[in-house]
Amino acid sequence: MDRFRMHILICGGTGCKASEADGVKAALRLSIEKNGMSREAQVVTTGCFGFCEQGPIVKVYPDNVFYVHVTEKDADLIVKEHVVKGRPVESLMFHDANDGASISEHRSMPFYQSQVRIALRNCGIIDPEKIDDYIALDGYQALAKVLTEMTPEETTKEIIDSGLRGRGGAGFPTGVKWETTRKAQDDKKYVVCNADEGDPGAFMDRSILEGDPHSVLEAMAIAGYAIGANEGVIYIRAEYPLAVERLNIAISQAEEYGLLGEDILGTGFSFKIRLNLGAGAFVCGEETALLNSIQGTRGEPRVKPPFPAQKGLWDKPTVINNVETYANVCPIINNGAEWFRKTGTDKCPGTKVFALAGKINNVGLVEVPMGIKLSDIVYKIGGGIRNAKKFKSLQTGGPSGGCISTENLDIEITYETLQSVGSMMGSGGMIVMDEDDCMVNIAKYYLDFTLEESCGKCTPCRVGNTRLYEMLDDITKGRGKMEYLDELEQLGEVIKDCSLCGLGQTAPNPVLSTLKYFRDEYEEHILHKRCPAKACKDLLRFFVIPEKCIGCTLCARNCPVSCISGDRKVVHEIDQSRCIKCGECFEKCPKEAIARE
Amino acid sequence: MSKIKSLDELKKIREEAKNSTSLRTTGENPDRVVIKVGMATCGIAAGARVVMGALIDEIARLQLENVSVMATGCVGMCYAEPIVEVHTPGRGVIRYGNVSEKLARDIIEKHIVAGELLEDVIVGREA
Repeated sequence: MDRFRMHILICGGTGCKASEADGVKAALRLSIEKNGMSREAQVVTTGCFGFCEQGPIVKVYPDNVFYVHVTEKDADLIVKEHVVKGRPVESLMFHDANDGASISEHRSMPFYQSQVRIALRNCGIIDPEKIDDYIALDGYQALAKVLTEMTPEETTKEIIDSGLRGRGGAGFPTGVKWETTRKAQDDKKYVVCNADEGDPGAFMDRSILEGDPHSVLEAMAIAGYAIGANEGVIYIRAEYPLAVERLNIAISQAEEYGLLGEDILGTGFSFKIRLNLGAGAFVCGEETALLNSIQGTRGEPRVKPPFPAQKGLWDKPTVINNVETYANVCPIINNGAEWFRKTGTDKCPGTKVFALAGKINNVGLVEVPMGIKLSDIVYKIGGGIRNAKKFKSLQTGGPSGGCISTENLDIEITYETLQSVGSMMGSGGMIVMDEDDCMVNIAKYYLDFTLEESCGKCTPCRVGNTRLYEMLDDITKGRGKMEYLDELEQLGEVIKDCSLCGLGQTAPNPVLSTLKYFRDEYEEHILHKRCPAKACKDLLRFFVIPEKCIGCTLCARNCPVSCISGDRKVVHEIDQSRCIKCGECFEKCPKEAIARE
Repeated sequence: MSKIKSLDELKKIREEAKNSTSLRTTGENPDRVVIKVGMATCGIAAGARVVMGALIDEIARLQLENVSVMATGCVGMCYAEPIVEVHTPGRGVIRYGNVSEKLARDIIEKHIVAGELLEDVIVGREA
């Protein structure tokens, strides 16, 4: 056979690599060779499939069979059964949580059914290290189209008409940014890509860069043509080594083909892109701080206006967009603004990628149309709450966002609706919390993060957030006072009003939104010194229920500080003064004889 | 790799590159036609591997973007191997028996492209 009849795709994203996908890849290759299939089946590394919960993921074409949790041991089985004999291996397929039925194709899985893939269109299909794979799927056609058929004005207009808005979180119309920069008069202009993804638990941009790096490069070149720039910079975290490596490969391949560099496709347009590695400061995700960082100065935000479109990198007009925003550009140019507007809502066309995490069954990366209900993401795509616990809250927008409660789960996702319920779109982190999560503790966790990451330039952010944190800390340790609640609110509003950049302006959001929707939990902590979710250790007390204790000594043997006394077949007792509240006895007791309160 | 100097050259590279990715893009198409070749011991002994190679080759030659070729197990009619089944969405299954390399190419050209069944060699149908 001269052509491969089968492609075995294995996820090469960071998530699956962490679950040892590389070993699976080697085992598959070895097994194919051993079974004499080297000329018939090919192993291909690809980007993230999104369903990281089920990794490592292996997908077999042309059958379109989706295998989950594949280990090195399984490689031989897949090759011998599926590749050689044409019998898909049912035991490795995804099994429905409700009825246990196996599902072979990804599009029949609830996780994928409500998804629409525009930004992630090539992730999990192409080999990100092969430019030919990208070109085969219409790669660089959009760049060729604007260079040969469209003027910069027409290109910008197409983006304006599409209604594409910044996917980094603020939702500013991308086309308007391009238009302002295009109109700015200067001898030099820049295109910058913000790949400094820093929200805890968010990995949308990383997956795009790892799975489809050329889509970002091509879009940046298009932006360069539209605004009249011939230099682009990608500011990316050094903590994303795989994305950096794939981008470097992509840039050198595009340069070899002449799709980046001088005189692209013989049209006279030149554009080059370089990487700038960030050292991991969260505030550098703020566009003006990011520009400062590229220039080699401290990553502190600048006063706006002037906006980057007027005075950006090296004080020259600069377009700065987020990775996911760029990933939407080429499909818009190829298919037209009207096509893009068919997905999503009137004010927010298109899709948004979210990183689903927390106490949810299907953890992973999902791309959904704007306007989808939050409840659909949690229950349909996410498969509901883990261990059949009760849903408590959904946190969006990372440390800048807020916690959304049950009564608002039916809102349709847009930039505006999320803001109206005290949260924000953010870059797309979505963390689900259940009844075991204490909302005061959650607010404290996020504030701890922003405290650490505040650059310190504005006093309200630097000092104000510290005061907020101290009050929250008191509350979780049983030292809270009722007047704190009003103080938290007042101070929170002041910090929002008086800070220069997005970090300070949004840092109090987790506190304010939990105060609004979960005030009763705060009050319970303060008035009754009780944590309803039983998460705040200082307010907890473990004790033995004498009627249930059988004196098995298991708790005493497992207690790390030996504070449980009692002999065999005698009721045990916990010495409260020495208990460190680790919960080990609670977990280990076979008779549920240990209670916590 | 040499530099791509024009839109036409880019298009040429795209057409060539499609050969290696079409297996995947066609696999993603829910309306594709699936051709299954019996690749159990009986099928392989009767020459199924050559038949499968011919089918894949012909599909690539004609640049058909909605046809996938897959291996399948033994359907029980070992006497009629190599067996080739054509699964068309909404139109059931046509099963051909004793398929030779030439017949395989005919199946693509007549059945898949022109829509004419090769009545003489049909050994089974399913609605």
